[in-house]
Amino acid sequence: MRIYKRTEKRPDAAIMNRRPATKTSMKYYADLIFILTQKEMKIRYKNSFLGYLWSIGNPLAFAFVYFVAFKVVMKIQMEDYVLFLIAGLFPWQWFSNSVNASTGIFIGNASIIKKVSFPRNIVPLALVLQDMIHFALSIPVIVFFLFVFHKSPSWSWVPGIPILLLIQLLVTYGFALIMSSVNLFFRDIERLVSIFLALLFYFTPIIYSESMIPARYGRLMKLNPLYYLMVSWRELFMSGRLEMSSLLLSASQALVFLAIGFLVYKKLSWRFAEVV
Amino acid sequence: MREPVIIFRNIHKSYPLYHHVTGGIKNFLFHFKKSVSGLQKRSYESLRNISFEVYAGEAFGIVGANGAGKSTTLGLIAGVLKPTMGSICVKGRVSSLLELGAGFHPELTGRENIFLNGVLMGLGKRQVRGKLDQIIEFSELGNFIDQPIRVYSSGMLARLGFSVVAHLDPEILLIDEIMAVGDIEFQKKCAGKMMEFKRKGVTMVFVSHSAGDIERICDRVMWIEDHTIKMLGPTGYVLDSMLNRKLATSSGGL
Ligand SMILES: Nc1ncnc2c1ncn2[C@@H]1O[C@H](COP(=O)(O)OP(=O)(O)O)[C@@H](O)[C@H]1O
Ligand SMILES: [Mg+2]
Repeated sequence: MRIYKRTEKRPDAAIMNRRPATKTSMKYYADLIFILTQKEMKIRYKNSFLGYLWSIGNPLAFAFVYFVAFKVVMKIQMEDYVLFLIAGLFPWQWFSNSVNASTGIFIGNASIIKKVSFPRNIVPLALVLQDMIHFALSIPVIVFFLFVFHKSPSWSWVPGIPILLLIQLLVTYGFALIMSSVNLFFRDIERLVSIFLALLFYFTPIIYSESMIPARYGRLMKLNPLYYLMVSWRELFMSGRLEMSSLLLSASQALVFLAIGFLVYKKLSWRFAEVV
Repeated sequence: MREPVIIFRNIHKSYPLYHHVTGGIKNFLFHFKKSVSGLQKRSYESLRNISFEVYAGEAFGIVGANGAGKSTTLGLIAGVLKPTMGSICVKGRVSSLLELGAGFHPELTGRENIFLNGVLMGLGKRQVRGKLDQIIEFSELGNFIDQPIRVYSSGMLARLGFSVVAHLDPEILLIDEIMAVGDIEFQKKCAGKMMEFKRKGVTMVFVSHSAGDIERICDRVMWIEDHTIKMLGPTGYVLDSMLNRKLATSSGGL
């Protein structure tokens, strides 16, 4: 039997540390992640029958809009611009959906947060995983467009996709942790997040290529944690290229944001049950 | 000497009076100094200097007026709340039924919620699956078990909630004013289950407004008044004092 002390001196240790041995095992965490992700999936499909189609339809619609705006009207010089857009918009949509929904995720799960003690950081993780699954399921659509443009998938996808999935999972989870935790205390975050996402979108090479960025801003743009990630996805999908340096850079950015996310969460989580 | 499994030492619990910064970020920033000091100072003391122990296998009751701090005490034991001061020690797996529909999601069916709740309370999926039939049978929900629980009545929610915690092999069971809901038949069944737990040596902490339930089940009772312990002792003794006090104040008022 372990003794868990909760005192003023150690506010963060309190809630997490007092789980008994059975609750801390890896198997238990896996079950918890599974059941919460499954719950997110089920709720999504109960609320909208077309859940999966939306996750495809949305980025395709935006691809169409950007195609008209930049190719047809503004005559951007780029080959296969539709494919280019699709290869970036699908992974972006995963990030954007997760971060957007994360602001409300603790409030939406108030009945669970308030009365049961469990590691609450699994709740946003489940959300991000759920969107990841939807993204993974939409990869066949990207393949379809590759064929339309007389290209085909490459063997480098086999290691490439899981690695990029993991990197994006980490960075998205980091953002989701920050947004979800802070929003409990400053409910304005809910409104700010869409502005934030719009800015981030245009500062990420998704509708334009990284070579079009003016040299003097290049450095600055690369600080964006999605820069290397989105470029890597597009390169992988369009030409099967996997660049080691991009992977390493985006992975380290992801770890930094994940760490920030955990710090914010640890700082705030002990009060969740009171404010949710 | 029996082994204490829940130990509260000089527990204070204050709720800050701000919650979310109600004026939004704008007000917060414009009145930054005031906001920050407001964050630190204003608070509402809902428990003051509470110390008690609950022993293994004991049925421990908590009584007191509305707002006295009973639910807060249970929340602290369950670990969803953190004390402002003092130390708490809990040994064993806590299963809690703190509120109607707590730990459930309204859009999921009864069956899905059993899994969700069971895993949240610390059981593996496989363990929950093993108990699923028993839980459903005990709840007497019939075909409703595959309906989303937002269509349930409060009585049905109480049944589902109680059935789940009752089958999770609790080591420490917390129950907050749940048994008052639901029909007489089910209340009897719950009381029966609680007696069974008592025989099995499950530690129970039990908040109720029904003196009858407390008397039947609890060994000792803690009476909270004005956010602190008014009296702690054997059930009969504490309940009698409460009753006397009530008679005294009501006749005094006449
Ligand atoms: N999340 C909260 N934020 C602020 N005050 C709270 C919160 N929860 C409870 N309180 C206050 O703490 C006091 C004790 O509440 P509670 O423990 O629920 O009482 P009881 O269960 O005995 O009726 C009440 O006065 C209540 O208003
Ligand atoms: Mg209460």
